[in-house]
Amino acid sequence: MRRTHAALLLVLLAVSGCGGHRDVTELRFWAMGRESEVLAALLPDFEREHPGLRVRIEQLPWTAAHEKLLTAVAGDATPDLCQLGNTWIPELVALRALEPLDARLAATPAIDRADYFEGIWQTNLIREAAYGVPWYVDTRLLFYRSDLLHEAGFAEPPRSWAEWRQVLAAIAARSHGERFGVLLPLNEFEPLLALALQQPEPLLADGGLRGNFTNPGFERTLDFYVGMFRDHYAPPVGNAQIANVWTEFGKGYFTFYISGPWNIGEFQRRLPPELTGRWMTAPLPGPEGPGASIAGGASLSIFRRSRHQAEAWQLIEYLSRPAVQQRFHQLTGDLPPRRSAWAAPALAQDPFARAFRDQLERARPTPRVPEWEQIVTEMRIVAERVVRGEFTVHEGAVELNARADRILAKRRELAAEGKLL
Amino acid sequence: MTRAQAGLLLAAPALVVIAVFFFLPVLAALALSLTDFDLYALADSGYLRFVGLRNYVQLLGNPLFWQALGNTLYFTVVGVPLSLAVSVGTAVLVHSRLARCRGLFRTALFAPVVTTVVAVAVIWRYLLHTRYGLINYGLGKLGFAPIDWLGDPHFAMPAIILFAVWKNFGYNMVIVLAALQNIPEDLYEAAELDGAGAGQQFLRITLPMLGPTLLFVSIMTVAGYFQLFAEPYVMTLGGPGQSTLSVLYLLYEEGFKWWNLGRASAVAFVLFLMMFAATALQMRLGRQAAA
Repeated sequence: MRRTHAALLLVLLAVSGCGGHRDVTELRFWAMGRESEVLAALLPDFEREHPGLRVRIEQLPWTAAHEKLLTAVAGDATPDLCQLGNTWIPELVALRALEPLDARLAATPAIDRADYFEGIWQTNLIREAAYGVPWYVDTRLLFYRSDLLHEAGFAEPPRSWAEWRQVLAAIAARSHGERFGVLLPLNEFEPLLALALQQPEPLLADGGLRGNFTNPGFERTLDFYVGMFRDHYAPPVGNAQIANVWTEFGKGYFTFYISGPWNIGEFQRRLPPELTGRWMTAPLPGPEGPGASIAGGASLSIFRRSRHQAEAWQLIEYLSRPAVQQRFHQLTGDLPPRRSAWAAPALAQDPFARAFRDQLERARPTPRVPEWEQIVTEMRIVAERVVRGEFTVHEGAVELNARADRILAKRRELAAEGKLL
Repeated sequence: MTRAQAGLLLAAPALVVIAVFFFLPVLAALALSLTDFDLYALADSGYLRFVGLRNYVQLLGNPLFWQALGNTLYFTVVGVPLSLAVSVGTAVLVHSRLARCRGLFRTALFAPVVTTVVAVAVIWRYLLHTRYGLINYGLGKLGFAPIDWLGDPHFAMPAIILFAVWKNFGYNMVIVLAALQNIPEDLYEAAELDGAGAGQQFLRITLPMLGPTLLFVSIMTVAGYFQLFAEPYVMTLGGPGQSTLSVLYLLYEEGFKWWNLGRASAVAFVLFLMMFAATALQMRLGRQAAA
């Protein structure tokens, strides 16, 4: 082990010794997961356009990324720019780690805000200042077995909650308790969150200082969600008990599944060939017709401590070009945040992507406070307890509100002292 | 140089190490637990405030803490005796004069200890699977309805206990085995001449002779089981319905997921005090039993 390290070090020394680009600026770019692996393919064109720049990609696994970012901030070891899950932006802004981008955006007409899906763009705004540029998007909608839907007597996927329940009731009547209409894994907060975003009331009140879960809108959503389990349309299980979602979807154990864009590729790869043409995607049903969903995805942000902010911005500008985003989509399957990038045939003609294109126009951001991730985790935990009958829907909403208020206590105190950034 | 000075000098290196790596961190944790160190304080130390015992008061008023404590005690109270019984039982079996292939059995029974918890958790999740699991298949053959081991709040902790006992008993078994080999053979011969059966020999000779070893083993096991974390982390993520959330898991979430280091330190300190009390109690009970 130690010998290979030494050998590696020698090689590195040799390479850096004979390279000798003294006048080259190196950009440190932290990227995660699959994106970090394919980025290298996009960079040669950028480096040709900008001969004075070299990009060093440092790969982080998603599971450790959050911790590494916070540690880097604490230790003043942040890179120049970074791929950020857009729900992490409020936290890093609270840590004063990110550079506001408004001046650069104003000077860069190529990054046209009107071309971006509005809900996605908003996830990057903290008090109206932009701290990131959307890179790719993620939202949740329905994956469904079209053949099972037909068997149950429906030609089209449901568009409203009422239609959805009709379909689920028909499936339940035919399945004798051995199959289910929908899978809503109890260890995921996203399905409930997507449904909660469909209500007019915001999830937090007083500008993000208090919970806002004891209102008719959220209770309606919680009741609808819990009702799926109460009526045995959804099995009360987490992902650990499903073992393999793709196998079970293939077997028809459930007809509907709320998931994100990466599963288009996964389903195509993992479902048996005889299921080709027997599943499809559809926008998420809402209380009164097609509803909102989560504005997820990742953004590109520049760190405040970077000494190469102008150069980092050039890279962001390059990666935001529709043509580059289309190539990025081909490499990863990630969906682009710009409407113009969706004009590419690969996307415009993909039947599975069509529902996402539609849904993204109705994507809504979650509250932008650093505590949100903790609050949404509590939402999942409380909802699970309501599903298990430990709380009624109303008691669950009250409990969740109390937990959210407790989590936001320090934020309220700081706001009262006028010290909130 | 007096004897006392010489003694201190000889003990000094060890004392320094204990001071630096034990007392200092404990004091630092205690100090941190009296502040509201969190994400905001990480941004700007001006947001760090001394809050006295507020973290402790909030912790003791938080139902989740009591649930985590209840879960941890459940795990310890059921898990430790079960683990010790299995360890002693297997050690006696392996030690038995009638046993064949002792080396093979000793290795096989010790094997779970050296496996990686994450890797075997994957296998256990399959064993415990509601519809495809081997355990439910066996229960089904005996006429029991399938149990949703990891999905039902009543069965998740028993499943975790089974997993933890299976994973850990081999370690204690080896220690007990060593102690068994130190019991003089003539004690058994004398007992046999006096007409004691196998049961009586076990109760009157084996168990008393194992006394000090069992005390040591139980102290170590209690200390280890109080720090339940890896098993629920890889098997259930603290669920379902927080039924496998342990005190240490709560600490991990507060500290490393949400960066509430002040509150996490308070949890750590309470856990430390509880383990200290539990160990002191065991030592006292052990001394009384020996006297």
